[in-house]
Amino acid sequence: MGDWEFIVGHYNYWIAIFLAMTGLYIVIARGNLIKKLVGLNVFQSSVFILYISLAKVEGGTAPILARGIDIYSNPLPHVLILTAIVVGVATTALGLALVVRIRGEYGTIEEDDIHSQDESM
Amino acid sequence: MEAWVDISILGLMALTAIAIVMLRNLLAVVMLSGIYSLLAASIFVVMDAVDVAFTEAAVGAGISTMLFIGTLALTTRIEKKPAHTPVLPLIVVIITGAVLIFGTLDVAVYGDPLAPAMQDVAPYYLENTKKHAGIPNVVTAVLASYRGYDTLGEVVVIFTAGIGVILLLGSWRRGLPKIAPHKDDKA
Repeated sequence: MGDWEFIVGHYNYWIAIFLAMTGLYIVIARGNLIKKLVGLNVFQSSVFILYISLAKVEGGTAPILARGIDIYSNPLPHVLILTAIVVGVATTALGLALVVRIRGEYGTIEEDDIHSQDESM
Repeated sequence: MEAWVDISILGLMALTAIAIVMLRNLLAVVMLSGIYSLLAASIFVVMDAVDVAFTEAAVGAGISTMLFIGTLALTTRIEKKPAHTPVLPLIVVIITGAVLIFGTLDVAVYGDPLAPAMQDVAPYYLENTKKHAGIPNVVTAVLASYRGYDTLGEVVVIFTAGIGVILLLGSWRRGLPKIAPHKDDKA
């Protein structure tokens, strides 16, 4: 396997990992709750890309049966990720509702300020 | 050619993610996350996952962005400067990433038709969908017919999340502080 084939064969996975780590970094290093949720979404999409990359077949087409086509990509990861996207937006909505409630109670959505208010109580 | 489309879209996604980390204006961050979802939808089309692509474009780029903008309207728009040094998170992230990249060396290469994931179950669905479900779209057939109960479970999850949001934000609550937009954007 040449260098070019090696890079193209693994490029999708590497970018997916890079995006996942960017999302993880936002979640653990940033204190703003909305930014944390955006980071969570970035992480989530990177996992979707990893799964869909594993489903791709060279020379294949979308898994919709048609005459004269023999090679299809793997439909099962597509089904999994379809479910994951919809569940993902449901959890995001719940997270954002919590953020709005926290803002209502504490007057801030910065993690450090919330902690210092909790300690001074 | 297809490899270059793949490389450039994923490259743009990486740049968008970096911009999301850097920016502190939350409206810009939310808009960039919408762009990020749209780029994800494009890469899904390139990788033959058309059903996933339009779900991501509608739900990820559309509904999620709307939810975020609504939350921004009720909270604040500027992120405070981070108080801690980012050294420890960076170390954690780099070590985790390095381990994961080491793991990809054993995964079947992108597009490999002989990958283990392509062998057992997937061909069964591709061969029998027409006979069992009578429709050409295999993804829809698996989602709504073969795995219909799983999809019902998914609907239960969304319903539960909806109830959670109503319980958290509903106007039925009495004696609790009212949720209203705050005017201080200079946090």
